[in-house]
Order: sequence, then C-alpha cells, then structure tokens
Amino acid sequence: MAEIVIRNLRKEFGDFTAVEGSSFTIGDGEFFMLLGPSGCGKTTTLRMIAGLELPTSGEILIDGEDVTRKPASQRDIAFVFQMFALYPHMNVRRNIAYPLVSQGMPKAQVKAKVAEVARILGIEDILDHPVSGLSGGDRQRVALGRAIVRSPKAFMMDEPIGALDAEFRERMAEELRALHDRMGATTVYVTHDQLEAMQMGDKIVVMNHGVVEQFGTPQEIYDHPATMFVADFIGSPAMNFIRFEGGFRPGDTSVRLAGAEVAVPALREAADGRRLVLGVRPEHVRLTDDADAVLRGRVEAVEYLGTTQIVTLSTVNGPLRARVPSREVVRPGEIAGLVFDARTLTLFDAGTGCAFVTAANEGVHDG
Amino acid sequence: MAEVVLRNLTKRFGKVPAVDDVSLAVPDGAFVVLLGPTGAGKTTTLRLVAGLERPDAGDILIDGRSVLGEMPAQRDVAMVFQQYSLYPHLTVRDNLAFPLRSPILRWDEAAIAKRVGEVAEVLRIAHKLGNKATQLSGGEMQRVSIGRALVRRPRIYLMDEPLSSLDAKLRAELRIELKRIQQELGATLLYVTHDQIEAMTMATHVGVLDHGRLVQFGTPREIYEDPVSVYVAERLGQPRINTLPADIFGPGPAGATTIGLRPEHIRIGEGREARVGRIERLGDQTRLHLTLEGHEIVTLTEVHTRLAPGDSVAVAPRDPLYFDAAGARVPSGR
Repeated sequence: MAEIVIRNLRKEFGDFTAVEGSSFTIGDGEFFMLLGPSGCGKTTTLRMIAGLELPTSGEILIDGEDVTRKPASQRDIAFVFQMFALYPHMNVRRNIAYPLVSQGMPKAQVKAKVAEVARILGIEDILDHPVSGLSGGDRQRVALGRAIVRSPKAFMMDEPIGALDAEFRERMAEELRALHDRMGATTVYVTHDQLEAMQMGDKIVVMNHGVVEQFGTPQEIYDHPATMFVADFIGSPAMNFIRFEGGFRPGDTSVRLAGAEVAVPALREAADGRRLVLGVRPEHVRLTDDADAVLRGRVEAVEYLGTTQIVTLSTVNGPLRARVPSREVVRPGEIAGLVFDARTLTLFDAGTGCAFVTAANEGVHDG
Repeated sequence: MAEVVLRNLTKRFGKVPAVDDVSLAVPDGAFVVLLGPTGAGKTTTLRLVAGLERPDAGDILIDGRSVLGEMPAQRDVAMVFQQYSLYPHLTVRDNLAFPLRSPILRWDEAAIAKRVGEVAEVLRIAHKLGNKATQLSGGEMQRVSIGRALVRRPRIYLMDEPLSSLDAKLRAELRIELKRIQQELGATLLYVTHDQIEAMTMATHVGVLDHGRLVQFGTPREIYEDPVSVYVAERLGQPRINTLPADIFGPGPAGATTIGLRPEHIRIGEGREARVGRIERLGDQTRLHLTLEGHEIVTLTEVHTRLAPGDSVAVAPRDPLYFDAAGARVPSGR
C-alpha cells in the first residue's frame, strides 16, 4: 500500500487557478477526505493524484517515487467515479474480471481473485446476473469490485455515493468504511458533504477557492477550526458567529462583548480596536435564567430532534442557535439568558477570517 | 384555511394497494407530515387529496364537505413538487404572478403586484424579483416554486418532498423558513417526506405509513418516545434504534422477543461487557460501534472519549422498548 505526498501542487486552467499550492501528506492506509463546496478544487486535486490531469507545478510522490509526470496507467491507482459505468452486455462476474483479463492474467487466478472480491463485497450470489437488472447499491458494489480486484496501491473516489438517496447513502458509507477497514488500502475520497467526511475520514483536507484551509483529523477540525470558512462548513447546525468590536492582549482569559465579560481560552496573541468574531458551537450554548448570562435572546424557533432540540434565538448581536436537551421546556417568544462553555470558544479576526491562537488551539494549526 | 379529513381512503394500482384504508384528520392550521420509505403510499395520498388520482374507496372532506366530485382546480389546493418547474423565460415576478393571472380569478395588476411583493418578502427573494428564473440558485428556484403556491392562499398546501433536491445547508435553512411561513400564515399543510429530520422539526403531527397503511399518528415527540412498533421506532432517530434479542440483558416482559434501545438509552460503565469496534467522531457527538454476543450496537459517548477499538466496555439498558415477534410494542411491565 502507499503513502502519498503532495507538495506545492498547483493547477491553472488558462487564467483560472483551480488549485493554489496545496501541500499535505496522505498516510499509508488512511481514509483521506478532500472536502469543500463545488468549485473548490477538490476534484482537480484528486485527478492530479490519479494522473488524469497534469499539474502546472508542484510534486506528487507515491511511496517516495515522483509520479508527477507519469501517466495514470503507471501509477497503479484505481478510480471510482460518481457515475459508475459498467459494461452493460457483460454479467457481474465478467465486469469484475475485466481489468484482470485485459492484463492477461491466467484464468484460474482471475477466478480466484473475483471470488475473493465478491466475498469481500458480499455479492457472491449475483455474480452470474446481468448488470442491467441490478439495484443502485449492487451496481455500485460491482463498480467497487472492478476497482479493488486489481489490488492497486491506492483508491481514488470522486463522490462515489453522491447520487444515491439519503437512506441508502448512509448504508453505503458504512459499507465503504468497513471495506476500507478490512483491506487497509490508502483511499482518497472527494465529497462536498461534511457529515460524510466526518463520519468516514481518518483525515480531512478542507478546501475553498483552490486553497487548503485546514488539514487534520475530523475532531481537531471540528473543535479548532482554523478559519471562519471551516467553522461554518463543518458542523450542523453551523457554528454561531457573534460579531463585536474589541481587543485583547496575550494572556487575557476573557473578552468584552455587549457589555459582558465572556471567558475564553487564554489568548496567545494581541488585537485592538478590531472587528472580531466569537465562534460558539450550538451544543456549547446553555440557556439559563440566572444572572451569570453573558447575552440575552428571544426564542424564535424550536426544532425537536428526539434527544436534543435546536433553539433559534435573536440577540442584539444577531441570530444564534443552541442545541439543548429536549427535556428542557423552551417556548417561542420567551426571553432566555445564554452562557457559553468557555473552553470550547474560538475567536476570529473578522477581516482575515483566521482564528486567533489560544491555549485551546495552539499546536493544532501549524501543520 | 381549512381542515382536511381522510376517511377509509383506499387506492389500488392493479392488485397492489398503494393507500390502504387510511383515516386521518389534518386540523386547521396544522403541519402534518406523512413519513415513510419509498413505496409507503405517501405521494399517492397527497395526489388523492389534490385530485390528481381518484380513490377506489373512502372519502376526502375539506371543511366538512366531500371533494371527491371536484376537479383539482375546484378543490382550491396548491401543490409543490420535488422538482421545481419554473417558466425559464419569465422573471421571478412573472413566475410568482402567474397563478394569479388566471382569467377565472380576475385579479387586477395592482393587487397582483402587492401580493407578489408580500410573498417575495416572506421568502426573502424580493431582491431577485427582476431576475430570470434561470439566473437563480437551486435554493432560490425552490423558494420561488413554494412562493407560487403561497400567492394564491389556497385552503390547503400539499408538498411532495420540496426540499429533497437541495443541499444540506439550504435544506436546514428552508426547514425553518417553511415552518415560520406556515405559522405566520396559519396555513394548513400536508407534507410528504422520507427525511425524518424534516418530519421531527417541522411537523405538528406525523403520520407514519407502512405499505399504504397509516400505522401511527401523533406529535413528533409521541412518535419518538412512544412508538407502536419496531417499524415506527426505526423511522425516527439517528443513529437508528438498536434491536436485540429481548433477554440479552436479562428477562424481558412476557411476549417480548426484541428489545429496542435508542443509542442514547445505553448506560456505559455497568452491565454486560461489549467490545468496541469503530469509533465515529462527528464533532458534536461521538458514536461507539459495539459488539455484544455477535450483535451490533451503536451508542453515543462523551465527545473526547479515550476509548479505542478493541477495548471492552460494560453496557446496560435505560428506558428500553420491547416488541413481540410481529414487531408490535409490548408494555415494559414496570
């Protein structure tokens, strides 16, 4: 299997820069997510790794070997697309066997390989079926089978389950992850779905406008977003942004917001008289009647979600969402006090969108 | 606005009953969501109310009067479909005005402009009124198609998965908007979806359908906390309720064959030893995939848990639900 190193990778299409100097390392055996909105450069990055697109500059190393200028066929990578194309005139067995047959592998070996792959994917009973009558899920399994049968160094997947309906997507996501855990093959996976990325990935690269915004484990990125873009893109409902003006010095453990002192993780930087943003995840907001409230809000909407409920409030600093246990009785129209869990807060510079370094996030962002 | 009553409504396609003896009441001003997987009969029910299908048996009453003999247009209902179909050559303003310009309505242009302006305001697309429909994003287009239903102030709104073609962020936004609009207008809404989040967050009442039959009708909280069957219990809650042999944690009540445990209803730290498999970190919650006697269990744990795959943890049930061999609820007998 393989480690993939990306160094200063850049791709221009005419005047348009699709990818601007990305650098990151995909560890051997990792399930690695390229995440971002459409047009962020994630698919272009994947295509460059696979050899379907030549970079304008930069390097791609697979297991230490520079493959930047090598054609796709010499990289030993398998690609799974969103729109999986199967050969309609062949049955399942022949579709899966095709990559091996075309390599000239002896028949007995092909047979053994196909049987093994069918067992891994749980499609042994449909091997002799024509592909035309298969369900969406089985078609996707056959397409996967055709990719894994070659035992390539790495898999590239471009939104492989994006076209499936919600209930089935969830099942397939679990299946893909379980398959990866059994095979341990390095997998690079492109998606625009943050939940899919969090759920399946060992590591995530978040991209926006061709730039890598952050690179890390799902929990790191969720807990300590490097930019407002990442903070907003990851998590549902999104992180609350409370905008205010103010400043602080290194060592400060609170900021002044709307006349109240709000405790934050110890700051490592200074800022003064600047437009700032306090980032608060909905589950780190508590509703209270006590005097310790840092902010007050009017309850606008309550969304029941089983164990928890999402409460939307309007405050002098804009709208705010809280995720609270559904045992708490909250009614639209009520005025509620708000308290934040200090250890989890992130402060951003409204101008640059970047997070300030604090005791909580130092060490996370220099990677 | 109006109250809608379905009485023993049945519709067959060939021999297959798509809607099977459904009776329910949509109270005036209610937001009723019909929930079920593909093929449960949700869309057919909606089309029967709209008058796009004729029932084989039963009756549909709007404000106490049967509408079976009425054409779709006479029923005064508005329908929003999953795929928004706007007139691409018209502006947003003209798309919204279109239903009002119908000759039988006889609206004058000033009244039309006023109503279109109000609806555009409610839907937050007032700044796009002059744009061509094709210049809009997917979310804006769907808002316009909802707007086209709103301008008429019909007696009932019928919506068939109107948010399902939108991306997750937009869907979350429009969920709140739709609920707000419905409350502001006091509208009666019958809404079809297979998305449980939409059902739980927007509905005043949820009707769960299974192969054409209405198996439970109640508030989202009733359906979630007090399901009548395994089938209903599995429709709400993410991750899905765990179902295990009833006696796995000790004897269950008489007649029970299955114990249903919601992921948040599993106590960690006491009870039977289970093995930790995968750990999913979703940011706001961390899910543990456990194996107990060969059964898969998904539970939630502390976000920054130090547990690792291969570890052992003791688990015990809290507030379990019991079901019999046919899947029907059995009282816990406590």
